[in-house]
Amino acid sequence: MNAEGTDTRGPGERTDTRGPGGRTDARGPRRGRRIGYRMATACALAGAGLLGGCGGGGQSTLHPHSGPAHDIRTLWWWMLAVAGVVFLGAVGLLLLAWMRRRRPGLPLLGEDEGATVGLVVVFGFVIPALVLVALFVVSDLGIRTTEAPAAGSTPLTVEVTGHQWFWEIRYPGTQAVTANELHIPVRTRVNVITKTADVIHSFWVPELNRKQDMVPGLPNRLLLYADKPGVYGGQCAEFCGAQHTHMGLLVFADPPQRFRSWLANMGAARVAPGTPTERRGEAVFQASQCASCHTIRGTPARGVIGPDLTHLATRSTLAARTIPNRPGYLGGWVLDPQHIKPESKMPGFNLSGPDFQALLAYLRSLR
Amino acid sequence: MAIAHPPAAEPHLERLERIWEERPGLLGWLTTVDHKRIGLLYFFTALAFFAAGGVEALMIRTQLLAPNNGVVGPGTFDQVMTMHGITMIFLFVIPMATGAFGNYLVPLMIGARDMAFPRLNALSYWIFLASGLLIYAGVFIGYAPNAGWFDYVPLASKQFSPGPNIDFYCLGLIFNGISTTAAAINFIVTIFKLRAPGMSLNRLPLLCYAFLAVSLALVFALPPLNAALIFLELDRSLGMHFFDLVHGGDPVLWQHLFWIFGHPEVYIIILPAFGIATSIIPTFVRRRMVAYALVALAEVLVAFIGFGVWAHHMFSVGLATITTVAFAAASLVIVIPSGIQLFAWIMTILTGRPQFRTPLLWIVGFIVFFLLGGLSGVAFAAIPFDQQLTDTYFVVAHFHFVIFGAAVFPILGGMYFWFPKVTGRMYHERLGQASFWLTFTGTGLTFFPMHIVGLLGMPRRQYTYAPGMGWTGLNLIESIGAYVLAAGLALVVVNLVVSLFRGAPAGDNPFAAPTLEWSTSSPPPPYNFPVIPRVSSPYPMWDVDDRLVDVRQLTEGEMVLEEGHETPTTSVLDADWDEVLDMPSESPWPLAVAAALTAVFVMLLTKQVIVAATFAAVGALVVARWHAQEPQQA
Repeated sequence: MNAEGTDTRGPGERTDTRGPGGRTDARGPRRGRRIGYRMATACALAGAGLLGGCGGGGQSTLHPHSGPAHDIRTLWWWMLAVAGVVFLGAVGLLLLAWMRRRRPGLPLLGEDEGATVGLVVVFGFVIPALVLVALFVVSDLGIRTTEAPAAGSTPLTVEVTGHQWFWEIRYPGTQAVTANELHIPVRTRVNVITKTADVIHSFWVPELNRKQDMVPGLPNRLLLYADKPGVYGGQCAEFCGAQHTHMGLLVFADPPQRFRSWLANMGAARVAPGTPTERRGEAVFQASQCASCHTIRGTPARGVIGPDLTHLATRSTLAARTIPNRPGYLGGWVLDPQHIKPESKMPGFNLSGPDFQALLAYLRSLR
Repeated sequence: MAIAHPPAAEPHLERLERIWEERPGLLGWLTTVDHKRIGLLYFFTALAFFAAGGVEALMIRTQLLAPNNGVVGPGTFDQVMTMHGITMIFLFVIPMATGAFGNYLVPLMIGARDMAFPRLNALSYWIFLASGLLIYAGVFIGYAPNAGWFDYVPLASKQFSPGPNIDFYCLGLIFNGISTTAAAINFIVTIFKLRAPGMSLNRLPLLCYAFLAVSLALVFALPPLNAALIFLELDRSLGMHFFDLVHGGDPVLWQHLFWIFGHPEVYIIILPAFGIATSIIPTFVRRRMVAYALVALAEVLVAFIGFGVWAHHMFSVGLATITTVAFAAASLVIVIPSGIQLFAWIMTILTGRPQFRTPLLWIVGFIVFFLLGGLSGVAFAAIPFDQQLTDTYFVVAHFHFVIFGAAVFPILGGMYFWFPKVTGRMYHERLGQASFWLTFTGTGLTFFPMHIVGLLGMPRRQYTYAPGMGWTGLNLIESIGAYVLAAGLALVVVNLVVSLFRGAPAGDNPFAAPTLEWSTSSPPPPYNFPVIPRVSSPYPMWDVDDRLVDVRQLTEGEMVLEEGHETPTTSVLDADWDEVLDMPSESPWPLAVAAALTAVFVMLLTKQVIVAATFAAVGALVVARWHAQEPQQA
C-alpha cells in the first residue's frame, strides 16, 4: 500500500526532507494547489461570522498544507476505503441472511458446519490478520514524517507554552515574544518545542501536522512546515478547563523576507506613545491592574499571568483567537472580558470615558 | 418447550416455596439476598441513572445545536459533560450489564439457586446505590466533577480545581469500585463453582463466558484505578505529591494508571453485550452458535489482550516511539478476537432461519454499529492518524458507536428478550420494532456526522464553537438525532411499562430459547428450579430428553434439595457433583454495612477524618455481627 496515494514518489524519496540539514524544501506546489480557493472560502466564512472562524485559519484535517498532514490524510483515505469494503461486505452478508431467512445453510455450500466455521476463520482471522499487518507496516513503521524533529535539525526553533487559556510564543535566540499568533517562514522546517505553564494542553494545527500534548515536565517537539504562504488555524486539543474552547491559535506562514522583518519587530521594545492620548493611555495601563498581569517591554509592566502585549496591535485576533482585534472588540474585551470569555483570568475594568479611550488608543498603537 | 409439573411434585414445590420465600413488602426488598430481586433493584437504579445521563447528553446536544449558543455556560457544561461520562460508564452500563442482567441471568443460566455469596451480592447493590447518590450529591449542590471522566491531573489537582468537585469524583468512584469488585468476585465464584452438575466448561452458555471474562477483567482493572484515585485524593486532601511535578511526582502517572483501568474497561463494557448477542442470536435463528469454542475463547482473549493496549490513549503525550509502536501492535491484535466473534454472529444468522423479531433486530443493529465503531477504532492503531484525530469529535463518534451502538443496543434487545421471563408477559412486537428503528435512526444521525466534524477539526469537550468552521450544519443534525434517539428510548420504556400490565401471558419459554432460565416458570420462583437441572450441552432446553429427566426426578423427589437453603456446588472444569452448599438467607446486615460505609465516605468528603474513622469502626463491627450469624436452617 502506498501511503502517498496518488503521489508518485515513494517513501524513500521523501526521507530527504527531514535530514539533519533541515533544508528548506520545495515540494509544496502540488500539495497546496487548492490553497487559493481554500483561503478565499475561509476568509469569506470568517467575515460572515461574528466571533467565527476568527482570523481566517482553516483547521480541517482534510485540507493538509504540509507533508506530514498530507501523509495523514492519505492514510485516512486508504483506511476509509479498506474499512468501507469490510463494512459493506459484512452488511452484505447480513442482507443475504435476510433474503435467505427461510432457508437454512449457506448459498452453494449448504449446511456444512465445517465450511461455516472455515468462513468464520477466514473472515474473522485470516483476512483481518493480513489487513492489520499491512496497516501496521504502513502506518506505524512506514510513516515517519510526523515524528518529532531532532533538536537543532531545523533552521528555526520556536517555543510555544500553553497557559490557561492562551499560547505564549517565544523565538529562542531572540527577544521576540508574542501570543496566540505564531509566525513561521513558509517552506521551512520549524521545530516547535511544546511546553505548559499550568495544566496539560495540546498544540494542534491540523492542516500542518498532528497534535502534540503539552505535559508538565515533558517538553516535546513537533515539526511545523507550510507548503504555501497563508494562515492556518489551530486549537488546544486537550481539555484544559473552563475556556478550553477559546484557546485558539493562528499560524502565519510568511515569505522569508516578511517573516524576518516581523521577527525583528517582535524582538523590539514597544513603540513609544506618539500622541498625548497614547501617553495618557500608557499611564492608565501602568497605573491600573493591567500591568500586574501583562508585559509591555520598554515599560515597567512586567506581569506574566496574561499574554505579552508589546506588539498587540500587530495581532489579528484577541483572547486566543476568540474575537477580531478591532477597536470595538478590543474595547468590549477590556470592559467586560467575562462576557466574551467567562472564567478567563482577566477581570473587567471600570475606567472613566477619557481614560478608557486613551487606553484603547495606546493599545492600538502597540505595533 | 414447557413441561407441566406432575401432581406428585406439589409437596416438593410447597416445601421449596416455604424455605426460599422472603419477607413480603418493602422490608423484604431491603433485606433481600435473592439474586433476581437484587438484579431488579440494580435494573431500576441503573435505569434511573441512564435517564440522568440521557438528560445530560441532551443538554450537551442542545448547547451545541448552534454556534455560540448560550443554553449553558462553560462551568455548567464541563460538569454536565463530565457527569455524562461518569454516569453512563460507572452508574449505567456496568451496573446494568453485570448488576442487573448478570445477577438475574447467570444463576438461572447455570442452574443454580442463587449467587455464590448472596449477602455480598446485596452489599454490592447497596454500595452501588449509595455511591451513585454520593456522586450525584455533588450535582445537586453545584459541585459536580468537572475535569472530564478521565480527570487528568494537574487540571484535577487542588491547585487548579480547589472546589470539592474532584473529591466527589475520587471518593464516589472509590466507593463505587468496592461494589464492582465485590460483584465481580461473586460472579467468578458463582460461574466456577455453582454450575449444575454436567455443565462442564465446554457447555457453559456463551453469555456466562462473557460475564466470566468481564469479572476477571474487573478484578484486575479496578486496582490501578483505585490506586490512582487514592493517590489523587491524598494529593488533594493531605497535600501529598503523587502527581505533583514540583515535588517529584508525575502527572503522566495518572494517565497510565487511569488507562490501565480505562481500556480494559471498554471491553468490560462491551463483553456483556457480546454475551447477550450470543443468547439472542441462536434463539431467533433457530440454530446453535457457529464456532462455539472459538467464540468462548475470543471472549476471554478480548478481556485478556485488553490489558495490553492502554497507551493508545496516550499517543500524543510524547511517549517513546518504541512504546507507541508496541501498543499500536497490541491494539491491532485485539481486533482479531473481535473479528472472530463478529463473523461467528453473522454466519450463525446467515446459516440459520432468522426471525427478525424485536430482540434480534437490536442485535443486527448492534452488529452494524459494532462494525462501524470497530473499524474506526482500528484507525486509531495507526499512530499518525491517532495523533491527528485524537481528542476530536472523530473519537466521540468512534466510541459512541462502540459504547452506545454496540454495548447498549444488546442491553435494550435483552430487555425485550428477557421481559417475558422476568414479568411473565409478552412485550408488544410492532411497537418494539418501531422503537428499534427509531433508536437506530437516532443513533446514526447523532453519531455518524461526528466523524466528519472531527475530520474537519472540531476538538472534543468544547462548550461552544464558532460559525464558519464548516461544523454548524453537522452539529445541528447531531442534535436533531439526539432527540430522535431519546424518543426511541422513550418508546422502549412505554412499550415495556404498558406490556407489564397489558401484555399477553408469556409462558415459560415463548421463544423456544435454548438456555436454562427458560426451563422454569415466568417469573421464576424464589428457588429458581424445582430440581437441579440435568445438563449435557450448552443448549439444555433443546435437549428434550434431559428436561424429561427433570420431570421424572421432581416426581420422585430426586435432586430437589429441599432440606434447607441449598444449592449444589460442582468441580470447576467438569462440573462433577461436589457438595451441597447451605446458602444464607435474607439479612439486614448488608444494608447496615453499606450505610456505615456511606457515612465514612460522606465524612471523608467533609474532611471529618475522625468521624469517618468512627463510622469505619462501626462498619467493621457490623461485618463481625454479620459473620457471627450462621446461615439459617430450614
